Amino acid sequence: MALVTAVTSLGRSGLADWLIQRVTAVVMAAYTIFIVAYLLLNPELSYAQWAELFSQTWMRIFSFAVVLSIVAHGWIGMWVVLTDYITTRLIGGSALFLRTSVLAIYLVINFAFIIWAIEIIWGY
Amino acid sequence: MKKNRPVNLDIGTIRLPITAYVSILHRVSGVVLVGGILLLLWMLDISLRSEEEFNSIRVSLEQPIYKVILWAILAALAYHLVMGLRHLIMDFGLGETLEGGKLGARLALFLAAVLIILSGVWIWL
Repeated sequence: MALVTAVTSLGRSGLADWLIQRVTAVVMAAYTIFIVAYLLLNPELSYAQWAELFSQTWMRIFSFAVVLSIVAHGWIGMWVVLTDYITTRLIGGSALFLRTSVLAIYLVINFAFIIWAIEIIWGY
Repeated sequence: MKKNRPVNLDIGTIRLPITAYVSILHRVSGVVLVGGILLLLWMLDISLRSEEEFNSIRVSLEQPIYKVILWAILAALAYHLVMGLRHLIMDFGLGETLEGGKLGARLALFLAAVLIILSGVWIWL
């Protein structure tokens, strides 16, 4: 068990974060390879064909899984980076306040990101 | 405990191995992608709105500034993906020794460079 359970980490434990980071990475890598392959195989892509792809149920689910993966993966990654560099040792006593503020702003951005993505995935 | 014992953890004074640079760049590319993903989602939004807006992306991407921005995002994505793959391979126990880690870092760096060049070719040709 970790000595300190970090309240702002995603899975509340290093092991959970480690696993989430890898599962989300595989989902995003699969999506990236699929989209790049699709665009390379369809150089003369039309709007109708593109809209048709994104109207498929499996594509909507795949896309939304990627959106959630981006949020989880980004949170763990940003948490690791922020807790490594915005520290009391490196920037002084304001570190905790600054780090928490940045994470709070990032939380709001993530929330807006999910809403925006839902509108795109199911809106057209 | 002695208060004045010698400590040398000032990373700026230590010569770093290739694995350290590869790791730092993995972090940098990840932070770049936090911004980059917003631009990619914005492009997806526009591309799905209507035929006119879909075509407007093609027109916009004729401009060099947009080409450079897109290339930067794809470069960060390619690099981050390859280094993530390296992590997954290492999770299975491959390339975990000091020499194996350095070799893996070089191979991953080479693969990332190839993908970044290819994505540039894709955007400009």
